[in-house]
Amino acid sequence: MSHHIVEVKDLHYTYPDGTAALGGVGFRITHGESVALIGANGAGKSTLLLHLNGCLIPEAGTVRMGDFPLTKKTLPHVRQTVGMVFQDPDDQLFMPTVYDDVAFGPLNLGLPPDEIEDRVMEALATVGAAHLRNRPPYRLSGGEKRAVAIASVLSMGPSILIMDEPSSNLDPKARRQLIHLLKSFEHTMIIATHDLDMVLDVCGRTMILKGGHIAADGPTEEILQNEPLLHACSLEKPLRLQGCPVCNPVRA
Amino acid sequence: MHMADALISPAVGGLMWAATAGLTVYSARKVKEELDDRKVPLMGVLGAFIFAAQMINFTIPATGSSGHLGGGMILAILLGPYAAFLTMASILTVQALFFADGGLLALGCNIFNLGFFPCFVAYPFIFRNIVGAGANARRILTGSMISAILALQMGALGVVLETFFSGISELPFSTFLLVMQPIHLAIGIVEGMATAAVVTFVWKARPEVMELAAAPEPLTRVSLKPVLVGLLAVAFITAGVLSWFASASPDGLEWSMARTSGKEELEAPEHGLHALLAAAQKATAFLPDYGFKEQEQDKVVPREPAAKVQEVESWPSVNGGTSVSGIVGAMLTLAMAGLIGFGLRRYQQRA
Amino acid sequence: MPKIESSFLDISRLDALASQRTLIHGLDPRAKIVTTLIFIFIVVSFPKHEVTALVPFTLYPVVLIALANLPPGYLFQKVLLAAPFAFFVGIFNPLLDSEVLIHLGPVGISGGWVSFASIMLRFGLTVGAALVLVATTGMNGIGAGLEKLGAPNSFAVQLTFLYRYLFVLTDEAARMVRARSLRSFGIKGTEVKVFGYMIGHLLLRTMDRAQRIHQAMLCRGFTGELRLPVPLKFSWRDMGFLAGWSSLFILMRLVNIPQWMGLLVTEVLG
Ligand SMILES: Nc1ncnc2c1ncn2[C@@H]1O[C@H](COP(=O)(O)OP(=O)(O)OP(=O)(O)O)[C@@H](O)[C@H]1O
Ligand SMILES: [Mg+2]
Repeated sequence: MSHHIVEVKDLHYTYPDGTAALGGVGFRITHGESVALIGANGAGKSTLLLHLNGCLIPEAGTVRMGDFPLTKKTLPHVRQTVGMVFQDPDDQLFMPTVYDDVAFGPLNLGLPPDEIEDRVMEALATVGAAHLRNRPPYRLSGGEKRAVAIASVLSMGPSILIMDEPSSNLDPKARRQLIHLLKSFEHTMIIATHDLDMVLDVCGRTMILKGGHIAADGPTEEILQNEPLLHACSLEKPLRLQGCPVCNPVRA
Repeated sequence: MHMADALISPAVGGLMWAATAGLTVYSARKVKEELDDRKVPLMGVLGAFIFAAQMINFTIPATGSSGHLGGGMILAILLGPYAAFLTMASILTVQALFFADGGLLALGCNIFNLGFFPCFVAYPFIFRNIVGAGANARRILTGSMISAILALQMGALGVVLETFFSGISELPFSTFLLVMQPIHLAIGIVEGMATAAVVTFVWKARPEVMELAAAPEPLTRVSLKPVLVGLLAVAFITAGVLSWFASASPDGLEWSMARTSGKEELEAPEHGLHALLAAAQKATAFLPDYGFKEQEQDKVVPREPAAKVQEVESWPSVNGGTSVSGIVGAMLTLAMAGLIGFGLRRYQQRA
Repeated sequence: MPKIESSFLDISRLDALASQRTLIHGLDPRAKIVTTLIFIFIVVSFPKHEVTALVPFTLYPVVLIALANLPPGYLFQKVLLAAPFAFFVGIFNPLLDSEVLIHLGPVGISGGWVSFASIMLRFGLTVGAALVLVATTGMNGIGAGLEKLGAPNSFAVQLTFLYRYLFVLTDEAARMVRARSLRSFGIKGTEVKVFGYMIGHLLLRTMDRAQRIHQAMLCRGFTGELRLPVPLKFSWRDMGFLAGWSSLFILMRLVNIPQWMGLLVTEVLG
């Protein structure tokens, strides 16, 4: 499935109010890779992700998904291939019940009813939320909402998963469950996050975005050990790599 | 102010329902024609916004009381008339269901009073004319104020007319009008201020937002059709209600027309459903629980609707015994209903 | 601000009631919607001085409250809270119509009081029936039912969206109000200008949210038409509910049952 590569070349984007959010971003991600996108607030992570499935149209530069450049014509195909989990699950869960929400995508794909049922139940089972199927989304906890939001994307059968801060607002247990879940996926994944400890667990590769440019791109261990680089990008070494002040008082 | 089920007659409620349903279908078709699928979530979320916003109050200068945002005008400004009407309709539906504001039969009246006037009259003919193409803070203030006030005046007039034509309340038309219009002038001013404050803020922060509504429909193309549909519906309602009155209970309203036509109309109910009802009532021979006022007799016009017209002669004098038995019976029925409910609840809990 | 939170609690409470599973909750929303409308229509069709003949209609809400396991006290309290307008308009009747209509021995009751009682009774019945409808069907059921009954799709969709985001936005508004009052150090009330900023901000955030929701919808293949997937099946049970109650309502409209029972009792005793 070598065609599930993501290729972005010299991407520029300016918001209508004049904020230049991306100024020439380029990278290439191959099949099965799990990539973290980190960077300070306002660095342009969300903006970049919105380009990957055509929610925003690049001002200059290209986005290629597999063999297709992303254009109006390939948009439906690309959206089926690329599943996007939004930062705020409340934005993503708009249907009356969990089941309806997870079924929303497959319904729009025009699948037969049996297939829809199968896909919905499978997606819910994957995230461990099958018991929530008849609940309305506004009566779920933050972690449950996140799980269902992921299921609502999985039910579309995407080969590339894009997530914007999936671990924000989760308690330690829910976060741990999410990490397990993400590790079990074989999809190509791009995760924008501030949770660098999660990055260590889930992503083999890390890109740092700074002021709309890629400041660094490489193996996660290398990048997250590079203190000067992290500091320059307003980031911090993840706690786990900082060493324990109790067992290692000299460093502390 | 929301019209209540308890105050309207089926004729008024039903006809206003029909008018509102027509406008809803028409607006839905218009919204679909606009082909702007951004509006699908936008309408719903803005409806929820109006709800949330109405829970935040502000202090009315120099009075110490408080006011809040009205929905219709701001929605029309942000969404255009058709989408705004649909949104208003669903806001009022949720209010009727969850807060018992109004009621389900009165929903037609309420959607008409609070949705039709701001969306299809005040916004296109007043706000747009005042604010026009070159919006500035002063124009927005004047436009919001005037259109909010007028929309509410029309809405209040709607409430008065609907109440009056229903004939359940004894309030004379003129008195009710004199109470309602000034109250709603005050409410209108407050709402105008709130609307202006919010619209000005949005216009300053993000002028493009307001163009969303303006874009699909330039100033010159403001359609008269919904207004005509609405007014026609009202005319139809008035005619329908008048004839209902002429045949039913003109009394209690100083309505000379009904009095003049009273005699012939009395004959009318002899056939059709009314006659059937009356016959059924005669056959079962249950006496009504109360008699007519003596004075009613020489007016010829009975207080009761047609169904009971036939009995007028049979119970000229008020019988204390009947009244007592009526009340005893009502108590008994209530007790029985209560018992049934209690029994069912026990059964339900055991099941 | 207690008001905003209590309104929100109200919605949540009714919503929770609607998610129970009883015989009544399991009925097709259409059956309940149509029965409720017939009920209201027949109740308001009584002449304005009718009181006793309205009493048997309490049976409908009472039976549904019992079968659907709803808290009667809470619903009664909600009915009372909604009463002011009907009360305000109705209370003029005793003032304007003081001719004696009923004699109870030495006491005469004026037509105005009788019609006022009738208004309040109608009010309780119609509002009660509407509340029972929500508490047994829920907003989403009602939306789907209305669509199946012929309401335009965009209206039904709008209704479900409104309801969905009511919970999110009231929460947001409540947070905003709390944040403001924490920084206003006991100064009560909000200036119009501050109010404009607050509501304006809430509005802009709301519009951004709408945009994000739209993007999320597009990402999952939304093409403009939104189908509400609630599957509805109108079974014999629903038909029975609708037909049974409707015929009872019509019977109660034609026959003044309390009058008849009262006569029976007073005759036996006399
Ligand atoms: N809708 C918008 N209109 C105008 N400017 C925007 C909009 N959304 C984002 N921006 C701006 O674009 C820049 C990049 O924002 P973006 O949301 O992509 O950052 P981010 O890296 O996702 O930040 P965070 O970590 O806070 O989520 C910021 O300067 C932001 O202010
Ligand atoms: Mg972001």
